[in-house]
Amino acid sequence: MSVFVNKDTKVLVQGITGATALFHTKQMLEYGTNIVGGTSPGKGGTEVEGVPVFNTVEEVVKATGANASVIYVPAPFAADAIIEAADAGLDLVICITEHIPVMDMVKVKRYLEGKKTRLVGPNCPGVITPEECKIGIMPGYIHKKGHIGVVSRSGTLTYEAVHQLSEEGFGQSTAVGIGGDPVNGTDFIDALKAFNEDADTEAVMMIGEIGGTAEEEAAEWVKANMTKPVVGFIGGATAPPGKRMGHAGAIISGGKGTADEKIKVMNNCGIKVAETPSVMGETLIGVLKEKGLYEKCKTH
Amino acid sequence: MNIHEYQGKEILRKYGVAVPNGRVAYTVDEAVEAAEKLGSSVSVVKAQIHAGGRGKAGGVKVAKNLDEVRTYANEILGKTLVTHQTGPEGKEVKRLLIEEGCDIKQEYYVGLVLDRATSRVTMMASEEGGTEIEEVAAETPEKIFKEVIDPVVGLSPFQARRLAFNINIPKEYISKAVKFMLGLYQVFVEKDCSIAEINPLVTTGDGDVLALDAKLNFDDNALFRQKDIQEYRDLDEEDAKEIEASKFDLSYIALDGNIGCMVNGAGLAMATMDIIKHYGGEPANFLDVGGGATAEKVTEAFKIILSDSNVKGILVNIFGGIMKCDVIAEGVIEATKQVGLEIPLVVRLEGTNVELGKKILAESGLNITAAESMADGAEKIVSLVK
Repeated sequence: MSVFVNKDTKVLVQGITGATALFHTKQMLEYGTNIVGGTSPGKGGTEVEGVPVFNTVEEVVKATGANASVIYVPAPFAADAIIEAADAGLDLVICITEHIPVMDMVKVKRYLEGKKTRLVGPNCPGVITPEECKIGIMPGYIHKKGHIGVVSRSGTLTYEAVHQLSEEGFGQSTAVGIGGDPVNGTDFIDALKAFNEDADTEAVMMIGEIGGTAEEEAAEWVKANMTKPVVGFIGGATAPPGKRMGHAGAIISGGKGTADEKIKVMNNCGIKVAETPSVMGETLIGVLKEKGLYEKCKTH
Repeated sequence: MNIHEYQGKEILRKYGVAVPNGRVAYTVDEAVEAAEKLGSSVSVVKAQIHAGGRGKAGGVKVAKNLDEVRTYANEILGKTLVTHQTGPEGKEVKRLLIEEGCDIKQEYYVGLVLDRATSRVTMMASEEGGTEIEEVAAETPEKIFKEVIDPVVGLSPFQARRLAFNINIPKEYISKAVKFMLGLYQVFVEKDCSIAEINPLVTTGDGDVLALDAKLNFDDNALFRQKDIQEYRDLDEEDAKEIEASKFDLSYIALDGNIGCMVNGAGLAMATMDIIKHYGGEPANFLDVGGGATAEKVTEAFKIILSDSNVKGILVNIFGGIMKCDVIAEGVIEATKQVGLEIPLVVRLEGTNVELGKKILAESGLNITAAESMADGAEKIVSLVK
């Protein structure tokens, strides 16, 4: 078991002929991801990396039975790509593209209401279930199969956490990057719910950052519903207010969205928060020991 | 992206959102000429900088005649205003807005923002005009009314009406207030605003509903389709290093410390700042080189970090996903050759093509301290700059 993606996930790549998409399609194929097709309007009928290319998402779904897509198309066209994927009835759409206008995402979110399609991202590294399916841009080799769920707003910080866990011998069930934009699809609570219900996940690492109140809401949800231990980290404790720290969503405005506030609420809700980014793994392992889950989660 | 008040009002005017008549002036003579052309009995001389709190800092003056306009324009132009939003160094006034005075009956607040919890645009209104909305939210939250807007339908007239009645706008002004709010929402969505704040919105003795001030911010990610907004950019209002960084699509924010940072990914960049601080150092900047960086981009990033004379050492922290470590390594070498690096440099590489990256650095013959982890890198650079 795992969440959102597994060895049966049939993936299509939107915008497959772009340079970034091509590089990562290659990497995903090498990892063993089942990529069944790609789209590139006007290039239908051709093939790249042995993957058939189609003009539309609908055609890929009809021809291959794809049930998930990953989007690498440039920002001005990304919202349209998400809507096209949802229109084709895919279960899962993972949007890697960054710099999508916020108003576009407001419309996309409205379009997705009541549809079965789960959006992950945008501006995210993707989702990986180690040794089964890697969808996105994360370096595959740092991940090991195991029982720790990881959910994060930041790509590289997720790699950092996963790397620390793998080095210490704690594999992951699934790592989900929910992205750094103010309007995104899957949020912390969606991912935490999925990990809570996943038989393979024993504990969760939740990585947040300044801006918004998603971490606080997730912490309250954890307190009320979560049966598995959650450990956290919040990036941006030293970020000055009013400045957008790279991610469109990472901004302290009107005194809201500070790291201190988030850490306080998380602690109050029973989530232990790592003091520095270099002890994310260590902090989680400490909690596993406390809860008697150490042996169960030690995978290698 | 931020713009000036007078530019915001120009946009509002185009959308039929009522604002007082006004003209921009770059010199004292232009200010007097502008007031003359406006022909109003009273005019307001307003400093144009990208910061709020101008009134309290002496940047807004009411002039009863042309001589007073000249006096105030002379006083404000070239003055450095220090407000709660400028930082202690303040901002020099280079432009003025000369506006006709109006007979204010009552002041209100109207603003549009993205509500992250609902992923929708929300209009907020309050009868506590002229006060900062954060202050109202903290002290009298019951006086703030909100309408969440469905992006398909847009702001409905009934929502605008409900807001107007809730904030006690007298009934004779309601239809004008509704028209104002609908227009403001149209500006927000069509121009890709991230904030549209009218504080105060005023009712006047002439029966008008006007924006006395206008703060419009725009979504940087949407500027590609807002050419007219791009032209409003005032480089005098921005940090020179941040401007240089934006040319190369680098996300850079200047800070006060002495350890320059170059990191990939915003989350890791923030965390790198945090860990430098944890080990007793002070970061000089936030710098995310982004996903698809080239060697050239890395070189430029280095030049920007080094253009800050406070920088006494650099920590490069890369965890490659899209970013390949060999590209970073080549960029670092190219940059050190071009700029002649004389301060300590600690490099921590992990991720895609990491072995190749490490090899390139090791064989370069340059004086680079390798770090095995984030903590190791932070400890090393902190001790090297001490």
